Amino acid sequence: MKISFTLNEKAVSVDADPATLLADLLRENLNMTGTHVGCDTSQCGACVVHLNGESVKSCTLLAASVDGQEVKTVEGLAKSKDELHPMQTAFRDNHGLQCGFCTPGMLMASIDLVNKNPEPTEGEVRDWLEGNICRCTGYQNIVKSVLAGAAAMRDGN
Amino acid sequence: MRSFDYQKPTTIEDALSVLSGEDAMVLAGGMTLLPSMKQRLISCETLVDLSAVPGLSGIAREGDRLAIGAMTRHADVAASDLVKETIPGLAALAAHIGDQQVRHRGTIGGSISNNDPAADYPAALVALGAEVETSTRIIPAEAFFTGMFETALEPGEIVTRVLFPVPDMAGYGKFASPASRYALAGVFVAKTGDVVRAAVTGAGPCVFRAPDIEEALNGSFTPEALERITLDGTEILSDMHADRDYRMNLVVVMARKAVETALKLAG
Ligand SMILES: Cc1cc2nc3c(=O)[nH]c(=O)nc-3n(C[C@H](O)[C@H](O)[C@H](O)COP(=O)(O)OP(=O)(O)OC[C@H]3O[C@@H](n4cnc5c(N)ncnc54)[C@H](O)[C@@H]3O)c2cc1C
Ligand code: FES
Ligand code: FES
Repeated sequence: MKISFTLNEKAVSVDADPATLLADLLRENLNMTGTHVGCDTSQCGACVVHLNGESVKSCTLLAASVDGQEVKTVEGLAKSKDELHPMQTAFRDNHGLQCGFCTPGMLMASIDLVNKNPEPTEGEVRDWLEGNICRCTGYQNIVKSVLAGAAAMRDGN
Repeated sequence: MRSFDYQKPTTIEDALSVLSGEDAMVLAGGMTLLPSMKQRLISCETLVDLSAVPGLSGIAREGDRLAIGAMTRHADVAASDLVKETIPGLAALAAHIGDQQVRHRGTIGGSISNNDPAADYPAALVALGAEVETSTRIIPAEAFFTGMFETALEPGEIVTRVLFPVPDMAGYGKFASPASRYALAGVFVAKTGDVVRAAVTGAGPCVFRAPDIEEALNGSFTPEALERITLDGTEILSDMHADRDYRMNLVVVMARKAVETALKLAG
């Protein structure tokens, strides 16, 4: 079937089997490998993307379901090669990643949180990231990064 | 995942007509169905995505009842001012289903149609004495949930809305499995006039009412009333996550938490 949607503000149209998951469509058909697949069982959050501005797990979403909708992936965050999104800068500055496998999902989930709640508390950040698993950092620096990223987003950096 | 014919009907009539065909299945949020299809536990010829059918999602007050459309997502119930005003215990329950990304997709209709023995909503429906409206009839919650992953739904029948009577106060206590976030034991209590109802999820093969807890709370709607309660253990599950004795105790502790929450939310 033909699936047409907006990906990172550009129109795309792909022919795919109806059973294709969005994560696979992005990675295999569109070569957008920034979205990671960790568990493939809806648990880890490495595959989180935005669907119409809201964070969702792309390994548990049919590509067919996003027909006519807006999708944003980690590739759509930075304004240019030299200008990262403030949340990305905050993760870099605060050592919010080690191997980086969970990072795309962490970024997409965190940005959704801050868009809805510009000044989250530490507890709200931890609750919101319940579905994002990191095997490296122990979360301390991730939470620190999100709080710093939220402040930077408020300042419009 | 085995392939299927994907249909996205835009009227309820079309949805029901496709569903009346051979081997057709409903897709709501997909948070349970897609993982099961990926593991090849389930497959179908035709998958009917309900997301474009108008009128299936939304929350409205109708007289003394709160009506929630089947396709209403957990995140929308959790954030709804109307739910927070009328049944704040229900909004709080929805806010703790799975994680935020699950709540952005998962729906009340999908949750109750699936009837996972550890799902949260079934406890709220049974304790509040809700009714399930389907494409053909209205089913009282207690008759809707018939067994482990089983409901009274007939093939081709879909849930359209859930109708909740508004109680005086209600609360939910849940002990979540740290890995899956499903309930190891969850208790929903609701008080309307002199009548208290309590329903337990996660602890048995299917949601059930707890007469011992209801009786104690009918005397006095306080956490202390549950201090010396022991449950009849016949329905209580025992597995690697929690054995029978531990779960039985957990049910009482969660019931106390539910009462505390109900009293707090009622101010
Ligand atoms: C990581 C994770 C954690 C979770 N944690 C919890 C938790 O803590 N508590 C909890 O309660 N749940 C939890 N869930 C389950 C979640 O709440 C699901 O949203 C829910 O079980 C299914 O809803 P859905 O809308 O996704 O339905 P789907 O997965 O689309 O459908 C589920 C089943 O219901 C049928 N169906 C769907 N809608 C209808 C309808 N309107 N009429 C008739 N049949 C219908 C489908 O055909 C299918 O058989 C979790 C899920 C995940 C992935
Ligand atoms: S890959 Fe999607 S949640 Fe883990
Ligand atoms: S940085 Fe390695 S999994 Fe999070």
